[in-house]
Amino acid sequence: MFDTLTDRFDAILTRLRGRGRLGDAEVSEVLREIRVALLEADVNLGVAQDLIERIRLRCTGAELAKYLTPAQQVIKVVNEELTATLGGEALKITYASKPPTVVLLAGLQGSGKTTASAKLAQWFRQQGRHPYLIGADLQRPAAVEQLRVLGAEIGVGVFSEPTDPVSVARSGLAESERLGRDVVIVDTAGRLAIDRELMDEVRRVSAAVHPDYTFFVVDAMTGQDAVQTAEAFHHTLQLDGIILTKVDGDARGGAALSVKQVVGRPIAFLSTGERIADFEIFHPDRLASRILGMGDVLSLIEKAEREYDEGVAGQAMDRLISGRFTLDDFLDQLRQIKKMGPLTGLLSMMPGIPKEMRDAKVDERDVGKVEAIICSMTPVERADPSVLDGSRRLRVAHGSGTSTTEVNNLLRQFKEMQKMMRGVGPMAKLAGAGRPSNKAKSAKGNRKKVKGGRVTPSTKGLGPPR
Amino acid sequence: MTLVIVIVIVAVVLLASGGLVVSTRARHRGRALPESGASQVGSTKAPPAPLEPPPAPPRPSAAVLSTTKEPPASIAPSEPGPLAPEEPLVRPALRDRLGRARGLLAGYLEGVRGRKGIDEATFEQLEEALILADVGITTTTRILDDLRAKVHTGSVAASDPAALLQALQSDLVSMFEGDVETLSYGDGDGPTVWLFVGVNGVGKTTTIGKLALQEGREGRSVVLAAGDTFRAAAGEQLESWAERAGARIVRGSDGADPSSVIFDAVQHAASRGADLVLADTAGRLHTKVNLMDELRKVRRVAERPPGQLTEVLLVLDATTGQNGVVQARQFTQAVGVTGIVLTKLDGTAKGGVVLAIRSELGLPIKLVGVGEGPADLVPFDPVEFVGALFG
Repeated sequence: MFDTLTDRFDAILTRLRGRGRLGDAEVSEVLREIRVALLEADVNLGVAQDLIERIRLRCTGAELAKYLTPAQQVIKVVNEELTATLGGEALKITYASKPPTVVLLAGLQGSGKTTASAKLAQWFRQQGRHPYLIGADLQRPAAVEQLRVLGAEIGVGVFSEPTDPVSVARSGLAESERLGRDVVIVDTAGRLAIDRELMDEVRRVSAAVHPDYTFFVVDAMTGQDAVQTAEAFHHTLQLDGIILTKVDGDARGGAALSVKQVVGRPIAFLSTGERIADFEIFHPDRLASRILGMGDVLSLIEKAEREYDEGVAGQAMDRLISGRFTLDDFLDQLRQIKKMGPLTGLLSMMPGIPKEMRDAKVDERDVGKVEAIICSMTPVERADPSVLDGSRRLRVAHGSGTSTTEVNNLLRQFKEMQKMMRGVGPMAKLAGAGRPSNKAKSAKGNRKKVKGGRVTPSTKGLGPPR
Repeated sequence: MTLVIVIVIVAVVLLASGGLVVSTRARHRGRALPESGASQVGSTKAPPAPLEPPPAPPRPSAAVLSTTKEPPASIAPSEPGPLAPEEPLVRPALRDRLGRARGLLAGYLEGVRGRKGIDEATFEQLEEALILADVGITTTTRILDDLRAKVHTGSVAASDPAALLQALQSDLVSMFEGDVETLSYGDGDGPTVWLFVGVNGVGKTTTIGKLALQEGREGRSVVLAAGDTFRAAAGEQLESWAERAGARIVRGSDGADPSSVIFDAVQHAASRGADLVLADTAGRLHTKVNLMDELRKVRRVAERPPGQLTEVLLVLDATTGQNGVVQARQFTQAVGVTGIVLTKLDGTAKGGVVLAIRSELGLPIKLVGVGEGPADLVPFDPVEFVGALFG
């Protein structure tokens, strides 16, 4: 998500970069383009207009800092306004002093409530809680069954009975207390905001369980209607936050901006994929940076910390810098990274990755192939690939079910990387400057920025390297 | 930080090893597929896929085959029959259902109607109205430019805002001209196959359920293919619709190859002399290369004789914004969408994105979902749809 919006802003802001001063005409032109970009991204019309007005005021007002170039100024203002619109800080869950903490999910049909319920339960478990699921969607055929399957998958109990949603919620809550669960998640049926009867029903469900948190589940692909619907749900249920689903598509996420702005409640969670683990707490500041093409290093690091073995990585890094990085080390890293999820997803979170690389489709099968090639080598070959002559290469290709071309490609690429690392190794330690000149090196340049502590967006050097 | 660097390096090596990246063959979802080798029946039954590269013609998995062989286990035995009297199938008028959601645009258009003449502010108001209906800025601009030209040439009088609205309305209706809005049936011997595709949560399964009921009512014998083997309990959901509709259903085990389920359903329909196979598929985001590849394969299998694939229907949620255009484009590229089913139009969303889709891709809208009941799936009517936009 957000990539296309990122590209649009990129293009608009790139044109500003060469300019010395910005007159009113230029600012207007840029704002018009930003408006189109926002509307194409499904940002609600009203919200987009407010945002544009605020940016206009600040860009033409006296606020402009003298030491920044016009482009930087506009980027800075846009970034700040986007961050402000998305909400300041990530939601922090405060658990009820007398458990259980009750969480209610509501939303339109097909927004992903049932899946989000299970993902949320898993998330609470990772926080060391003991969640319990209540399936109060008695409307859609097999919705409860779906919740049960998902619950079984993550090992969380599911309560439901074929009565009516209000009594299911009430008895489920009682059951969770009996079982001593400390978080209860209530999944409700999808309903239209204008369906008075069903809106009344969800109000009664809510009244029966007194939720500590009521989340509105909304599809990231939603258009202009997101705002109206969210308002209606907010009016009925007093929302505490928003769960944005299907974020892994290429929708530009305008719904997120709009709903947040209109309801005035933070976006709490993002549902980012089909696996149950693809669920994360939402960080507005990081997202705004991502929209502006600055990557989301913090989320990446968190994801990595969850699934990456820091010791192994550190060791690999040392070897890398000292030039003793072997194919075995490479294989270790590859396997570590595989655990973290699709490589494409990881790449999109990195700052300064060139567009063509961000968009490249890394096929997980290729990862498997590389693994197979390395595994088909003897320990001696892995330690010193230069011993691989034609006949050995043929053997490796046969052994791994690939072709010699593929083996050659891998070896050539590996050698280049080794060479490159030997060259920059000592410098990298000092976080020195290097001139990015190709894909590989720009990745390297990016690393230095990261090393230099550029984690929170500063106003200098924003945007991807060119 | 080290790991960031390492990831980048691994990525660089992977991406740059040119030959490795090019191939994007089907990756499957996380769950393991049932091994298909065991099914000797499958290999004799299934002709090799003509478009498939030499190895691995899609074969029905053993699990699926065994279930099809025991009708009571997976195929609802009930024959299509009259519906229970409490389920009268009266199709609602689109206008009545859409009328519930009036108001949003009405104010804008009243504003335009009440003006003394047509000026730039009029067009701005129209632009806002169209954007709020999710028509999208590109298509909106195109539509309004046409209107401006009409005012400019005098075919709409500059003093008559009502005529401008009239012109806009007929422009929008004419965008749908020349469409075949009916669903088509095969004219050969085998069963007609309709394939339903779309992103997650748009209402594919529900649409199939409603359609099964309606087609059954019209005297066709319907077989449902539970091709969504991924989402938990999707099969159960379809099964409860099958019961309600008195249709047969062919299911595979969870995580089974969807192509094999659909293959079996078509075979089953052919052997029973059924008229129509409605094939469900798992919701998938159009950005997932592997899943779109999987869908291509599903289509290839679905169009094999004796089945006659006459419709590939993209189910689209009316609340979808401009991403709907991207969805339509991607799904059309992958599996040749023949028409759109626009669901959930009974809410406040206007579904204007179909105008953008129509103008960019020329896809016809075939059905509209306007409620939860089985009758609430009605043929698309451009005049009523546009009328509802102006609500």
